[in-house]
Amino acid sequence: MALLEIRDLHVGVEDREVIRGLDLNVDAGEVHAIMGPNGSGKSTLSHVIAGKLGYEITGGQILFRGENLLRMEPNERAAKGVFLGFQYPVEIPGVTTMNFLRAALNAQRKARDQQEFSTPEFLKRIREVAGSLNIPQDMLKRGVNVGFSGGEKKRNEILQMALFEPSLCILDEIDSGLDIDALRIVASGINALRSPERAMIVITHYRRLLDHVVPDVVHVMSRGRIMKSAGKELALELEASGYAQFEDAA
Amino acid sequence: MVAVQETVERVKRIDVDQYRYGFETLIDSEKAPKGLSEEIVKFISQKKNEPAWMLQWRLKAYRRWLTMTEPTWARVDYPKIDFQDLYYYAAPKPKKSVSSLDEVDPEILKTYEKLGIPLREVAMLEGVEPKPGEEDPARRKIAVDAVFDSVSVATTFKAELKKAGVIFMPISEAIREHPELVQKYLGSVVPTSDNFYATLNSAVFSDGSFVYVPPGVRCPMELSTYFRINERNTGQFERTLIIADKGSYVSYLEGCTAPQRDENQLHAAVVELVALDDAEIKYSTVQNWYPGNSEGKGGIYNFVTKRGDCRGANSKISWTQVETGSAITWKYPSCILRGDNSRGEFYSIAISNGFQQVDSGTKMIHLGKNTSSRIISKGIAAGKSQNTYRGLVTAHRKALGARNFTACDSLLIGDKCGAHTVPYIEAKNSSATFEHEATTSKISEDVLFYCIQRGLSQEEAVGLVVNGFVKQVLQKLPMEFAVEAQKLISISLDGSVG
Repeated sequence: MALLEIRDLHVGVEDREVIRGLDLNVDAGEVHAIMGPNGSGKSTLSHVIAGKLGYEITGGQILFRGENLLRMEPNERAAKGVFLGFQYPVEIPGVTTMNFLRAALNAQRKARDQQEFSTPEFLKRIREVAGSLNIPQDMLKRGVNVGFSGGEKKRNEILQMALFEPSLCILDEIDSGLDIDALRIVASGINALRSPERAMIVITHYRRLLDHVVPDVVHVMSRGRIMKSAGKELALELEASGYAQFEDAA
Repeated sequence: MVAVQETVERVKRIDVDQYRYGFETLIDSEKAPKGLSEEIVKFISQKKNEPAWMLQWRLKAYRRWLTMTEPTWARVDYPKIDFQDLYYYAAPKPKKSVSSLDEVDPEILKTYEKLGIPLREVAMLEGVEPKPGEEDPARRKIAVDAVFDSVSVATTFKAELKKAGVIFMPISEAIREHPELVQKYLGSVVPTSDNFYATLNSAVFSDGSFVYVPPGVRCPMELSTYFRINERNTGQFERTLIIADKGSYVSYLEGCTAPQRDENQLHAAVVELVALDDAEIKYSTVQNWYPGNSEGKGGIYNFVTKRGDCRGANSKISWTQVETGSAITWKYPSCILRGDNSRGEFYSIAISNGFQQVDSGTKMIHLGKNTSSRIISKGIAAGKSQNTYRGLVTAHRKALGARNFTACDSLLIGDKCGAHTVPYIEAKNSSATFEHEATTSKISEDVLFYCIQRGLSQEEAVGLVVNGFVKQVLQKLPMEFAVEAQKLISISLDGSVG
C-alpha cells in the first residue's frame, strides 16, 4: 500500500475545475518533485491534501495509509503526519515562535493520545532541533515570522517539519525568494530529514532546488493533470525545452 | 471566496449563551419601593445612617438630574430606559448588623465562592508563606471588598491594612468614619453635575469602595472590589473613591458579574481617583457583566464614569481594562493631567460578540507642563457586535511640552461585526507632541489555516491569534488577573468562528 494514493482527483474553485483527473502514488522513503507552469494546479493540490477550505472536491479520492484523508479536518491530518511547508508563511504578531510550536506540537500529541510535553521536555527538544538546523535561539523568541527575512521564514518551516516529524511532507515552492546561500541551508535541512519512513512532495518551478534535493521521481503538471512522470533527468530536460509542449498537449 | 463564505456561515451559528456566572442567589432582600423621587433619595441616605451634609449633596444631585437628558452621541442603540421602573436600593436582609464575616449570610459567601472570590482570609493564609525576598506571585495576598447588589457585604484584610495606615472600607462606612476625607474629595474629580449617569449615581449611590493611602506608603497588597448584581430590575450604582496621598502607591482591581436575565439591568457607577504629588494609582478592571443571549436579549447596560486626577506633580494614574461583558458599554476612563510632569496611561482590551455594543475609550486632558500620556487600545469584534473606540487627547495652552502616544488596533472576526475609531485631538499650544496610530485587521483564513495545518483546532487557533493581539495590554494587569483575563477572553470568543 502506498503511503499516499490519489485517484482520479477532480477539484473546483468557484465553478472552475482546476484539477482534472489527477492520479499520484507516493511511497514511504520517496521524494517526488512536481514541476509545472503557474496555474497548473500545483499549489491547489498541496492545499487539498492538507485540507484548506474553499475548494470543492468534485470527484476522486485521497488515501493516506489507506484512510480517506478528505473526511478529516486539517488538524487531524496534521496529527496523522501530514505536513505542508507554505510558500508564503503567515505572520502571527504577539505569539512567540516558541509558544506557537509548543501549542501545535502538544495539540498533535494529544490527538495521537500521546503524553503532552512539559515545558522542560519541550525546551530540550526544540533546542536540539534548532541547533541541528543552526537556527539561533533568538529567532524562537520572536513573534511567529514577524520581521523574518524570506530565508528565515523558510528556515522556520523546515524547523517545524523537523520538530513535528511528519511522515508526509509537502513543500510548496519552498525555494521561492531564497538566495543561493539560503537555498543551500534549506536544502540541507530537507535532506537531513529524508528517511525510509518519510515521503516528500517537493513543488517547484525550477531545477535549482532539485540539484540540492535530488528527487526519486519528477512529475510534470499542466492544466490540472500530471502529464509525464520520470526520473530526476526529467528536470534537466524541462529546463532545456520548457513547459510549452505539455500545455499544448493538455 | 468560498472560504470566507464558510466563516460567515459559522459566525451565524454564534453562541454567546456560555456565560458562566449567570446563576442567581436566593436570599431575602430589602428593597426600596420602585422608582425615583426625593423620598427614595432620603430613604437611601437614612438606610445608610448618613450625616445631613451627605443627604444635601445627594438631593442637590437629584434636582440637577431632573433637568438633564440622556446623552445620545455614543454609537450605541437601545430602547429608552424607564427610570421609574427600577429599584434604586436592594440589600441582602441582614440578620443583625454585620460586623464580621461569620455574620454574613452563608448563601452570599457561597455565591462568592462559586465565583472564585476568596472572602475568607483564613483560606488565603493557609498557604505556605513565601520566604522574604522570594515573593511567590500566585500566593500574593489580595484584600477584597465584595459588593452585593447595592451593599458591601465583606471586606477582608482590614486589620493588616490598618497597620500600614491604609484605609480600605465600604464608602458608606467611610462617610461616617472619615467624613473629612470624603467631604474633601468626593465629587472633586467627577462633579455631581458632570453627566446624566454620574449625576444619577451621585443621587442614589448606595455603596462602593473607599481607599486612602497615607503619604509615603506603598500599599502592602493588591486591593480588589468584586461587584455582583443579583436582584431583578435593580440598578447598581456604586461609587468608588481612591486617594493616593503624596508619594504613595496603590494597585486596585475591580471585577464584575451578574445573573443571566431576560431583561436589561442598569449599571451606572462612578469611580474617582486622586493622585497627589509623586503618588501612583494603578486601576485594573475585568468587566464580565452578563452580555445578553445569542438573540441579543437581556444583558447589562453599563454606563460608567471613571476619571482620575493627577492633581500633584510627578503623579501617575494608569487604567487597565479588560471588557468582555455587558450588552452595552459606555465607558471612558480618563486622566486629568493637572500636576507638572504627571503621567496618564490607558490600556484597554474590549471584546464584543453576539449583539454586544461597545463605545469605550479614554480622555487625556493635559493641563500641566511636561505631562505625558499613553493610550493602547485593542478592540476585538466578533458576531454581530459593534465596537467603537472613542478618545480625546487635549493639551491646554499652559501644557507646554505635553506628549501623547495613541495606538488603536481593531481585530475583526467574521464580516457581520464592525470596528470604529473616533479620535479627537486638540492642541492649544505649539509645543505639544501627539502621535496617533490606528490599524484594523481581520483574522484571515490564511492565518487560521496555517495554525490548523500545524495541528491546532479552529478554536485554539483563534485563541492564539487573539492572545497575541492583546498581549501588550494583558502584560499590564496584575499577574493573577492576567491569567484570569486570558481565560475570559477565550470564553468570550468561544464559537465566534466555528
